[in-house]
Amino acid sequence: MIWNDEIECMAHDELKKLQLKRLQDVVKRAYETVPYYKKRFDEAGIKPEDIKTLDDIQKLPFTTKDDLRRAYPFGMFAVPRREIVEVHTSSGTTGKPTVSGYTKEDIKIWSEVMARGLTMFGVTEDDIIQNTHGYGLFTGGFGVHYGAQHIGATVIPISTGQTRRQIEIMKDFGTTILIVTPSYGLYLAEVAEEEGVESSDLNLNSIGFGAEMWTEQMRQKLQNRFNSPAYNIYGLTEIMGPGIALECPEQDGLHVMEDHFYPEIIDSETMEVLKDEEKGELVLTTLTRHGMPIIRFRTKDITKLRRGTCPCGRTLIKMERITGRTDDMLKIRGVAVFPSQIEKALLKMDGIEPHYQIIATRPQHLDELEVQVETSPQLFSDEVKELVGIKKKIEQFIYDEIGLRVNVTLVEPKTLPRSEGKAVRVIDKREL
Amino acid sequence: MKIKQLSIFLENKKGRMRNALDVLADAGFNIRALSIADTSDFGILRLIVPKPDEAREILEKNNFVVKAGYVIAVEMSDQPGGLSTILGILDDSDINLDYLYAFVDEKEERAIVLLHPEDIDAGVEALLKRGATMIPSEDVYNW
Repeated sequence: MIWNDEIECMAHDELKKLQLKRLQDVVKRAYETVPYYKKRFDEAGIKPEDIKTLDDIQKLPFTTKDDLRRAYPFGMFAVPRREIVEVHTSSGTTGKPTVSGYTKEDIKIWSEVMARGLTMFGVTEDDIIQNTHGYGLFTGGFGVHYGAQHIGATVIPISTGQTRRQIEIMKDFGTTILIVTPSYGLYLAEVAEEEGVESSDLNLNSIGFGAEMWTEQMRQKLQNRFNSPAYNIYGLTEIMGPGIALECPEQDGLHVMEDHFYPEIIDSETMEVLKDEEKGELVLTTLTRHGMPIIRFRTKDITKLRRGTCPCGRTLIKMERITGRTDDMLKIRGVAVFPSQIEKALLKMDGIEPHYQIIATRPQHLDELEVQVETSPQLFSDEVKELVGIKKKIEQFIYDEIGLRVNVTLVEPKTLPRSEGKAVRVIDKREL
Repeated sequence: MKIKQLSIFLENKKGRMRNALDVLADAGFNIRALSIADTSDFGILRLIVPKPDEAREILEKNNFVVKAGYVIAVEMSDQPGGLSTILGILDDSDINLDYLYAFVDEKEERAIVLLHPEDIDAGVEALLKRGATMIPSEDVYNW
């Protein structure tokens, strides 16, 4: 099923024409209505009329999270505040959060892109969607909600938490679609198991997951435990929220809703735009957003783009799953380490639970990385030498993946914090 | 001849061993014998309790990782050289020992050693052949 055949399967030439027209429009609107853009474009010596081809986007300056933060709260709005019908903020762990404002038209666009994505997961008006994403300033809950309602499915707006109740409702309401963060999904599966609920007691058809880092192995676990396919949702509050890109049944990359969000990949050191299939930082431009146009936003998410007609029939460009963030990248003794690499290494061990924590310390001016892993009945042995061997084996797997010696600590089951939202995988005690 | 032993994974942290023992105490299990192997970051608590299968279930329900295995209980003379005699039998038969722990049975006024040879069946055979007194599991559980 395809929600919007005309756009999702549009010939590339046609799409480029549409994108250029929209790019010219958004650049003009941004320049004329948002002082930030006028100042930045003037500094760069760029006028909206200079955008004659899609490649001309490269002449425009980048926008960073810091730029948005400086405009706090409403400095990036392109319309009078009364036309904004909804605001969200990104989590402000460091300093002020960034605010995202939406007009009525923007909410329609958001609903449209999420409806396209949920349709990829097989959602129709017959479905019951249990949305465990938080409803609030976080965009996750509302984005899924708008898309599902646009399709006409039944939404259970339960938000995160109350895990036992989630399972009860899943069973009693006959939930067919579950929306989770991967770590919360795994936690739900664990609690379901404790409660003696089997996947056959549930009516699940598919799972949509997003909002945090994941690996293919994590997806497999989620799929196995719930016995249904799981699809990735990508988005970020600064641009819109979930719905920027979503996975089709091929489970081989996410289709970017590029008629609304124009993607580029850059080398984050040289700022050079990279070609398709080259890995780098994703940069996004909102082509249609009214309330708060965002030009060339540096997402700090690392991915690559792939053009071509997908076996599912869509022609929208695909991005591969996010394999890291330029900012949760840990530098350990000068080596870049991504939590996803460590997870990948851990999942090579049979019987390991996907709950882990990475602790970076600097005891004597030298970085140390400790990886805490929960012991499971399959890992545990009565013999000290065997347990030490298992620990060494995990350390070797991690070494093979990241090229660094780490210290693996086996901890007791269910002692690592479980997330009810984004999992805290990394504790950096180095105070960098 | 073989006695069921429970091995429990413990983090080498304050209060962890007590937690495990409290679980057993609350369920009314009286520990017959116990030893602990420890490294800098984890330990293995080894226990002999009556009804080991029930004890294991309760521990697992409380999120402990437990493994059941077997050890051999051998009586030794409670005097200098008693343990050495038993070890000599294994040594002569070229049987490696993973670990052992010993205690005194006050009721019978005897010393008992619990042995975990690499090859438990070979250990039983060698000890039997040399006339060592093995203690059946019922006796161990009913001390």
